[in-house]
Amino acid sequence: MSKSEFVIELKKVSRFFGSVIAIKDIDMVVKQGECHCLLGDNGAGKSTLIKTLAGVHKPSEGEYLIDGEPVNFDSPKDALDAGIATVYQDLALVSLMSVTRNFFMGREIQKGWGPFKQFDIEKANEIARQGLADMGINVRNPSQAIGTMSGGERQSLAIARAIHFGARVLILDEPTAALGVKQSANVLKVIAKAKARGLAVILITHNVHHAYPIADRFTLLNRGQSLGSYLKSEVTREQVLEMMAGGAELEQLEADLAEFTRVDKEAS
Amino acid sequence: MTSNSVAHANKDERVRKESAIKGLLNRPELGALAGAILVFIFFGIFAGDTGIYSLEGTISWLVFSAQLGILAIGACLLMIAGEFDLSIGSMIGFAGMLLAIPTVYWGWPIEMAVLFAFVGSMLLGGINGLIVVRTGLPSFIVSLAFLFILRGLTIGIASWLTNRTIVGGIGEFSDGTFISWLFSGHILTGLFTWAANSGWIETYKDGSPVVPGIPMLVVWWIGLGIVSSWVLLKTRIGNWIFAVGGDLNAAKNVGIPTARLKIALFMFTAFCACLFATIQVMEFGSASADRGLLKEFEAIIAAVIGGTLLTGGYGAILGACFGALIFGIVSVGLNFMGVDSSWFRVFLGLMLLIAVIFNNYVRKRITEAK
Repeated sequence: MSKSEFVIELKKVSRFFGSVIAIKDIDMVVKQGECHCLLGDNGAGKSTLIKTLAGVHKPSEGEYLIDGEPVNFDSPKDALDAGIATVYQDLALVSLMSVTRNFFMGREIQKGWGPFKQFDIEKANEIARQGLADMGINVRNPSQAIGTMSGGERQSLAIARAIHFGARVLILDEPTAALGVKQSANVLKVIAKAKARGLAVILITHNVHHAYPIADRFTLLNRGQSLGSYLKSEVTREQVLEMMAGGAELEQLEADLAEFTRVDKEAS
Repeated sequence: MTSNSVAHANKDERVRKESAIKGLLNRPELGALAGAILVFIFFGIFAGDTGIYSLEGTISWLVFSAQLGILAIGACLLMIAGEFDLSIGSMIGFAGMLLAIPTVYWGWPIEMAVLFAFVGSMLLGGINGLIVVRTGLPSFIVSLAFLFILRGLTIGIASWLTNRTIVGGIGEFSDGTFISWLFSGHILTGLFTWAANSGWIETYKDGSPVVPGIPMLVVWWIGLGIVSSWVLLKTRIGNWIFAVGGDLNAAKNVGIPTARLKIALFMFTAFCACLFATIQVMEFGSASADRGLLKEFEAIIAAVIGGTLLTGGYGAILGACFGALIFGIVSVGLNFMGVDSSWFRVFLGLMLLIAVIFNNYVRKRITEAK
């Protein structure tokens, strides 16, 4: 069906805000069933890039292709209709509401007729429970408020929801940022499951240790520009780390730290 | 809703069996239900001989509860959506004038005037809501402004057009009409007459029953309660109401039309206020510019006693109705016992305080992982 090998392709995409160059000449490809990691420090342009992918911003220059066809999204809804779902850091979940109510928030399935149409809660419970079970999470009770769920479980809920509502490409914004080691591992497993189901995943993170095990491809961003895309087979974890932090900057940091230690010693 | 999920939960070793009582504790209306039962028992013991649970007594606290309950339903839905309307009380006075002046002074048919009052007050409620969603200001402040504007307008317009602040004589135009029955009539009158003839209920000297039937006010309250509760718990709109109050940003991000929803709820609150006003005008045959004073607070208190969070996102219509019931029975009960009405206010304040502390505890229980 798809004419291109890649679900998403960016060709020399730039985005300007007035005189500010947020991202410049970004090239990027994402394959079905593949996890593409976007790495970069704060202010590298990751947010602008994902918002461009998600249809929040339009590219100022360059081409955005889906299945080899150029697209022009006017709103996030257009992107969503094309199967590109973004899970932002705030997850768009309401902690006072139940698992099911969150799962179907804004897209409630209904039964009944005319003015007597109602939210089909029994069926919704079953779908939500199944959707989460597919991600390896057993919900205790889908009518329980999600306030009692862990951060990892919530992240998985948001991912399961996106998958259920027809996502082909999942954009995950720092899904492991606020999580502990074990919960991060759980979220990475969920991402692996999504990959296995044939979804393309774009993972944004600045944690190489989370990105490296799961990613098939990396794109490194620095100050709005791409430092290049690499297949996992082409680079080691250390090389990625070094490129990300900027080798020169790390050396400078080491020198500074050495200076502090010396001063401390002299003082004592 | 929960029955089929329990079976699946057994797979997870992290599941602790929660007792049925604890599950019940998670329901917002529980506190009010318990409160209502306690109050019933209390007055049964201390005021049982005053006739509070006689048919006449029962109707009198039901009527009191129904009046407040209608307002509490509107306030409750709006609060779950995360907003307040402090102009409910002023809206009652204003809506009464919208109904009375055209009927008495302009010669409008009563049906037209009622329609005019409903359209007019819902429009004002809509403007109130529009200002809130457009400016992003707290609805507390915007509706506080409306509290003063509407009360002032009511008195101002009434004295300008009619030279007085009480417009009477509506009975002449409404008596015997369907509209009059719809808002201030009784149902089951046949049953009550029959019971009176059989000597089962109290009668006047001419043999007509002291209580002619169930007042329409009570019917409206129960009907409105059932419909609103159904909408909140069982429909898509209900899910949106919870979402908007629980986390506005999340609701926006999933595509819920948050602004339209909030405006609609402000209009519904105004509808409830106008319903209250219409019933009162039909009942007393007059509209007064000072009607509904402080009703906004009583409605909010009833909703809070019913388990609705002040911060939104959580609550129940059934709870608000029980809150109103507590109000009714305590107010009428103290009156029957001959206790000074100032004690009612003390009780009210205490109830509010207890309810808020309890709600806060419930919210922590359901939102914080342990």
